[in-house]
Amino acid sequence: MASLTLGLAQMKTRLGDVRANLDRHLALIDAAARQGVQLLVFPELSLTGYVLQDLVPGVACAASPDDPVFSQLLAVSRARDMDLMVGFVDEDQRHRFYISSAYLSRGQVVHVHHKVYLPTYGLFDEGRFFAWGDSVRAFDTRFGRLGMLICEDFWHASAPYLLWLDGADVMLFASASPGRGLNAEPALESARWVEHVLKAYASLFTTFVCHTNRVGFEDGLNFWGGAIAFDPNGDEIARGPYFDEALTVVPLDLNQLHRTRARLPLLRDERHALVAREIDRITAGSAGARDKG
Amino acid sequence: MARSDTMTTITLAINTDLARRILTDFLREEITRTGLSRAVVGLSGGIDSALACFLAAEALGPQNVLAVRMPYRTSSPESFEHAQLVIDQLGVQSLTVPITDMAEPLLNRFPEMNGVRRGNILARLRMIVLYDQSAAFGGLVVGTGNKTEIMLGYSTLYGDSAHALNPLGDLYKTQVRQLSRALGVPGPILDKAPTADLWPGQTDEGELGLTYARADQLLYLLVDQRYKPEECVAAGFDEPFVRQVVDRLRRNHFKRVMPLVAKLSNRTVGYDFLYLRDWGT
Repeated sequence: MASLTLGLAQMKTRLGDVRANLDRHLALIDAAARQGVQLLVFPELSLTGYVLQDLVPGVACAASPDDPVFSQLLAVSRARDMDLMVGFVDEDQRHRFYISSAYLSRGQVVHVHHKVYLPTYGLFDEGRFFAWGDSVRAFDTRFGRLGMLICEDFWHASAPYLLWLDGADVMLFASASPGRGLNAEPALESARWVEHVLKAYASLFTTFVCHTNRVGFEDGLNFWGGAIAFDPNGDEIARGPYFDEALTVVPLDLNQLHRTRARLPLLRDERHALVAREIDRITAGSAGARDKG
Repeated sequence: MARSDTMTTITLAINTDLARRILTDFLREEITRTGLSRAVVGLSGGIDSALACFLAAEALGPQNVLAVRMPYRTSSPESFEHAQLVIDQLGVQSLTVPITDMAEPLLNRFPEMNGVRRGNILARLRMIVLYDQSAAFGGLVVGTGNKTEIMLGYSTLYGDSAHALNPLGDLYKTQVRQLSRALGVPGPILDKAPTADLWPGQTDEGELGLTYARADQLLYLLVDQRYKPEECVAAGFDEPFVRQVVDRLRRNHFKRVMPLVAKLSNRTVGYDFLYLRDWGT
């Protein structure tokens, strides 16, 4: 597969109203289908809203055909022949709740990622309400091998690094990033920080890095949107507006992976056994240091 | 004391296009999601309420904004005229409700009352008028307090601090001035000394015993940049001034939080019954 038409949805959500948010997903899927989108990416917690607090247990779903919400999303992924990445609260069999993204394709749940880094500082309080995810894995799709991360996950370089080593050639990142850091610059600091690190990952890992973020408000928090995609050269290839609801459609020329890596064989030269040895040494040397597992 | 470079490099400049976008979106979205589409603003003639009125008019359309002037008999006629400049320029709806007849019986009952008590009563009477107009007009009361006032506690609890939502609460006074200029707030309002106009000749800076320009820079270091007080002194601020501001920050925190609830049950408002106001919307 040499090309992939990707859609990045930046949307408002209704806080805690899964049914209303599902309807919004279905409308966006319709709009994306009309533009030939083959894979549509929704923001973090797109089915629920972000600052859920005590709403968490009431909005949880299971990414399975038995779930009334996912059954509809799975059906539409088959009917539209469109792969979907959706944000939701996953409740596991022992009733732990995770900030999650599910990858759906042709009626199947291909992969579920549980957010592995839960910011619990500043304006964030995720660790109070959610369980920590426990794995970072790439997964195979009809478009090649992909990886998903959620917001704070990609503020730890190890998470995209692991996806890279695990074979992800397209990284799909979803956020609900509150806008902050107003100064004289034309974009918020929160937007500029994210754009810096995404461009760096695309450049260092010679992969596609595609990010979407929600818009709208929850109480006084604004969400800044600004979907963006970088190619394996680290060049920006698409950008959505700040603050507005939008669907950004970007064709990914997957052959660019071949051209970039022929020029710049960073993946070939990456010494992950060396990394593993040094990580083991460092971990052994810091026994007793706080480890979130 | 020699001033280090920090004093000259503190800039509170903001991108006014970005601020305008976020704050008008905020007002529109957070008002309409309650099922309403209108706003009520108490218009004093000063810069803060003028800016709040400009933002509300842009967010909702001027016909959906009610500017309420609430003069007391000692209020400055100039303030009243400056408020009229805003009303005329924006084309918002307007109403004048003098509060003298409401205030006098209570004020006269306690002739020994000092200026602070009197000022608080006037501010709370204005709150009563605004919340009544909120119901009559079908609009939310938009707050006009800036970050400097909130941090210094320069407000009347349940008076001017009472409102449904506040677009200015994360802008220092210096930034309010910058944004007001960018939005076209009338010149006479931009240029005059800030005053609560609670008694003749009052100015904010006179009453507070500081200037907003200096207070904003210090608060920016203390609050936004997380400087310790001694680091602010090292950065060139006078120690008594730093102590004064730090003390005000702490002493006035009660104005920034909801009233205390004594916890008895396993689930208590304010502690472990946690929902945003936007719950379900």
